[in-house]
Amino acid sequence: MKRAFPILAVLTGALLSYALYQALVVAPTEQTMGNVQRIFYYHVPSAWTAFILFSINFVASIVYLIRRNAKADMLALVTAEVGVVFCTVNLVTGPIWARPVWGIWWTWDLRLTLTLVLWLIYVSYIVLRRFSSSGQTPLLAAVLAVFGALDVPLVYFSIWFFRTQHPQPVIGGGGSLDPRMLHALLINWLAFSCFAALVCWSRYRLEVLRRDLDETLALEALLEPRSSQTRI
Amino acid sequence: MSSVASLTRATLAKDLRLEWRSKDAINSMLFFSLLVVVIFSFSFDPTAEESRRIAGGLVWVAFLFAAVVALNQTWSREMRNQVLDAYRVSPASPNALFLAKVIGNFIFVTVLQALMTPLFIVFYNLRALGPAYQLPIIAALGTWALVVNGTFFAAMSLRTRSREIMLPLLLFPISIPALLAMVEATGAILTGEFSARFWIVLLAAYDVVFTIASLFLFGLVLQAE
Repeated sequence: MKRAFPILAVLTGALLSYALYQALVVAPTEQTMGNVQRIFYYHVPSAWTAFILFSINFVASIVYLIRRNAKADMLALVTAEVGVVFCTVNLVTGPIWARPVWGIWWTWDLRLTLTLVLWLIYVSYIVLRRFSSSGQTPLLAAVLAVFGALDVPLVYFSIWFFRTQHPQPVIGGGGSLDPRMLHALLINWLAFSCFAALVCWSRYRLEVLRRDLDETLALEALLEPRSSQTRI
Repeated sequence: MSSVASLTRATLAKDLRLEWRSKDAINSMLFFSLLVVVIFSFSFDPTAEESRRIAGGLVWVAFLFAAVVALNQTWSREMRNQVLDAYRVSPASPNALFLAKVIGNFIFVTVLQALMTPLFIVFYNLRALGPAYQLPIIAALGTWALVVNGTFFAAMSLRTRSREIMLPLLLFPISIPALLAMVEATGAILTGEFSARFWIVLLAAYDVVFTIASLFLFGLVLQAE
């Protein structure tokens, strides 16, 4: 398994470069927006990747609540962290794209707000994991993940209705995507997903090592003679 | 079932009696929200017309912050002398304890609202242009939404470092749809420009979803060691 990691890393690197080439060179320039539209190939795939990671986090949390499986807990931790990173990429590229195109950095549009709220919920999830003392962290985190997932439809409906009451800039609005654009988008999404999986895997191994180390240290502390403690 | 009801009643009676004698929670909440009201009216200096639009937000932000003050004290009482540990080893239903705490906090925050609402009306020169009879419904549903999740997250943050900071960090993101609903519904009634019906239904849905989820999961959180 360990030997597969560098090979996969090289493959992902190649895929990412190919996707970059597709996005910057092959995909045609958009008629009205111009080259700034190319940020789309990073903006959308990072959002999709983040949503997939958050869904995995939810499933892993449910599995943890039922089975109390440490692997499920580590998977939940890893996907939440990496998901927040991709969600941040999405939230940062959004305003960069919006400013030249809509003339505003931010609007309380349905998708934007939903992504922001999701980001907030998962940041609070990570904060909880950081602040909680070791033993019961997985359980509390899994419970919070379930609460967060229950919240998503409520957030969706509240913002959907909120938006229909207030005026807003027209966004997107149907239109068909050039097949080369769609191709570049999907290639980028594939590359981003591979990259996310790679980072998750590496973070997962780190977490396994960290827990092993904690266990070893705890054991050593137990085995050590009392005198060494009193010396300090 | 009757044992759950009687346990809830006993715990609730104990909490209310303690609060009646000490008045810790209600006094700190009252003074805190009074400060929020004064600071807001300094920083916005609203005219009556303008204040109607923003009052929904102001009122609920003040109540939210004040509720966090009370929620943080909910479980600290039970931590003293290991009362919570004793509760854990007893065969009593965890949900009875949870319900008693939620109802207790609900009563505290409702009393706070009853005392603060006249002040808001005086300071911001408010008068409802819409159907005012819906305001108590919104207040009750909104308070329940804050209190049910707040009590649950306060129990969760018991076992974290610096738990007083932890509670709002957990509570606020999850409460965003409820807060939006409360603020919009109150604004709708004060301005009388549109109907608050959708927001009331959303608040009710939020209450039902999270009350059920909390009752399902509270046992796990209480037993977490």
